[in-house]
Amino acid sequence: MPPAMSSKVYPDATSALRDILRDRMTLMAGGFGACGVPENLIAAVRELGCSGLTVVSNNAGLDDFGLGPLLKTRQIRKMISSYVGENKEFERQYLAGELELEFNPQGTLAERIRAGGAGIYGFYTRTGAGTLVAEGKEQRVVDGETYVLETGLVADISLVKAWKGDTAGNLVYRKTARNFNPPMATAGRITVAEVEHLVPAGELDPDQIHTPGIYVKRIVQGKGYAGYIEKRTVRPRAGGVDAVVA
Amino acid sequence: MPWSREDLAARAARELADGFYVNLGIGIPTLVANYIAPGMTVVLQSENGMLGMGPFPYDGDEDPDLINAGKQTISELPSSSYFSSSDSFAMIRGGHIDLSVLGAMEVSEGGDLANWMVPGKVVKGMGGAMDLVAGVKRVVVVMEHTAKDGAPKFKRSCDLPLTGANVVDLLITDLAVFSRPSRREPFRIVESAPGISRAEIREKTPARYIE
Repeated sequence: MPPAMSSKVYPDATSALRDILRDRMTLMAGGFGACGVPENLIAAVRELGCSGLTVVSNNAGLDDFGLGPLLKTRQIRKMISSYVGENKEFERQYLAGELELEFNPQGTLAERIRAGGAGIYGFYTRTGAGTLVAEGKEQRVVDGETYVLETGLVADISLVKAWKGDTAGNLVYRKTARNFNPPMATAGRITVAEVEHLVPAGELDPDQIHTPGIYVKRIVQGKGYAGYIEKRTVRPRAGGVDAVVA
Repeated sequence: MPWSREDLAARAARELADGFYVNLGIGIPTLVANYIAPGMTVVLQSENGMLGMGPFPYDGDEDPDLINAGKQTISELPSSSYFSSSDSFAMIRGGHIDLSVLGAMEVSEGGDLANWMVPGKVVKGMGGAMDLVAGVKRVVVVMEHTAKDGAPKFKRSCDLPLTGANVVDLLITDLAVFSRPSRREPFRIVESAPGISRAEIREKTPARYIE
């Protein structure tokens, strides 16, 4: 490995977070459902035990995967998400008033993160105009269309998951595991990436990099990826009916 | 006889045209993909970052990194592409998707849509629905004409919190189809299910529409 960039590489998720994670921080965590979730880094946050966290994540994890375990240990004070089904503990804490929740439309959430990472204070969007989402926010009418001002989001630490990464912090995602990881990588004051395959700089094709290394301050080789599938849907291999597209 | 779920999906599929890029919601809208006319090319967009959704994978070919917005395992096609959530919603919000088919709890005569929240019940979130109705060129809603308890769902105004105001272009229920040529015009009833009288539809519909 080229020594100049080796300082980004940490031996494991816990050592990559230990000296930077603090109580009451805002974290971003990539993933959509169980796909592209930085599971090693989330487990490290649980192990390090800080509390009062605000977590920006499209979903709130499942009972036993992703952010679910962090909810059980009561480390999360507030979630900013677009959809939080499929998590009983989340529901219980929310109904008991133990957890604050801010719903954002999914595209608004993604764009707030992108804007935050790109140094843009805010943007006007038609999404949410005339709904609860627009309440209390500045609005503008342009050519008869109402637009709502939404502000950029940044995190103290962004946790992202990629398929491959190199020692320079360049990342390549795989299929729909990309989702929120690229914009979140840009919106962390410190972005920590875990990857399934950590390779020396030079092994990834520079034309195929999804997240350039400038955004990634720390990178770790993840482990124990079990390929969690939330809803397994298949068609018979032979002799069955034609496929149903979901 | 009211139309079945499959009938609704088949009817919604008639709104597709060759070359369309389409986003299908969860539930009956998902079934629309089964009724794409042979020989017609329709590209399905998945909000979690994919164009060109393929069918469910063969048993044994499931890929944990390849799911649709409903979190189900799917497959890719030779024409598929992947992208981030911010790119996905840029194409949705930016008006690049031709058509979206969504379910609904309530629709108003002015085209307002409510499909994400019932006050007092557990709220799971709006996901991408608000972005879809704000950005997609044409929004088709499929729903039962009345709720299970008989309460009307096509109303003067929505009682539930809105997903979007004045966003529905075509409403397909199990009793009838209501269309409007633009979002400045009222709905007109254009079809009814076999054996369902216009009087019965009128009786079950507080919304005003053109006969």
